[in-house]
Amino acid sequence: MNLTDEQLERYSRHIILEQVGATGQEKLLSGKVLIIGAGGLGAPAGLYLAAAGVGTIGVIDSDSVELSNLQRQVIHHTPDVGTPKVESAAAKMRAINPDVTVRTYFDRAGPDNLVSLMSEYDFVIDGTDNFSSKYLINDAAWFARKFFSHAGILRFSGQLITVHPGQSACYRCLFPDPPEPGAVPSCSQAGVLGVLGGVIGTLQATEAIKYLLGEGELLTDALLTYDASSMEFRKVTVRRNPRCRLCGPSPTITSLEQQDQAVCDLSGSCKC
Amino acid sequence: MEITVNGDAVTLDGPLTIARLLVEQKVKMPDMVSVEHNGKILDRAEFETQQVQSGDTVEFLYFMGGGA
Repeated sequence: MNLTDEQLERYSRHIILEQVGATGQEKLLSGKVLIIGAGGLGAPAGLYLAAAGVGTIGVIDSDSVELSNLQRQVIHHTPDVGTPKVESAAAKMRAINPDVTVRTYFDRAGPDNLVSLMSEYDFVIDGTDNFSSKYLINDAAWFARKFFSHAGILRFSGQLITVHPGQSACYRCLFPDPPEPGAVPSCSQAGVLGVLGGVIGTLQATEAIKYLLGEGELLTDALLTYDASSMEFRKVTVRRNPRCRLCGPSPTITSLEQQDQAVCDLSGSCKC
Repeated sequence: MEITVNGDAVTLDGPLTIARLLVEQKVKMPDMVSVEHNGKILDRAEFETQQVQSGDTVEFLYFMGGGA
């Protein structure tokens, strides 16, 4: 791949970086990232990945933009209310950077489509808003052997971890037992400071970019937590759980269909 | 005894169980917490039996399901 004059100018602040250069920028332009959920986390991730020149960005979401989304989902604008989120998000990403090919999936990520969808991408960003989806993405990434960034936000807090399936701790290693339905409040019940999505979603995009570049150390085997009240980041070292039902030596989850969906019902009652 | 909880030094009467520690540390929603004890993630069923000793390290990891 040869960068055009326009690309040399557009990406000049990347290219001047020792860790990126023209070679790194070409890696980004050939990179493929799947964003699951075009909401609070997916919005900033999508904007920055498009600006960075990640060549192919897939976005899957089955919702349409609502007025109450706009406090934090910065990829959607007021005139987009009522539009499918994937269309709204794709329009902004294409407007930022015509180099980017955006693939949209106006669909819910489910056990039937997720593994094959992930296999078309290099890196996956979990920007979903419910436990059922987060466990599903973790499990699908294991079966697809795909790197992904997990994250969650609530009230004034957020956290994230990058998973290298089979090599580093997975979401189930850390959280073996899904919470009882109703035990954990959702953002719509408990609220979330709008900027949290920006902080955490941008960190997820950073991990995707580092992965594509092959630069730096990924946030594997460490849960990074952020408390906006105290302005404290903490990196909690974790390790693979030998009793993990998914990636441990004696797994009991051997296919996606087996995943227990009782975590939260799929009707959206646990959604943010 | 002195232990480390989420990075902070904490002095407690002990030893005590993880379940008791959750109460002493005033964790409001223990159902929302996964516990890492000396680097090992515990099953929820172990909270009542696992003893915390002086010098131990405990991390409370919180379920955070939001994102949209």
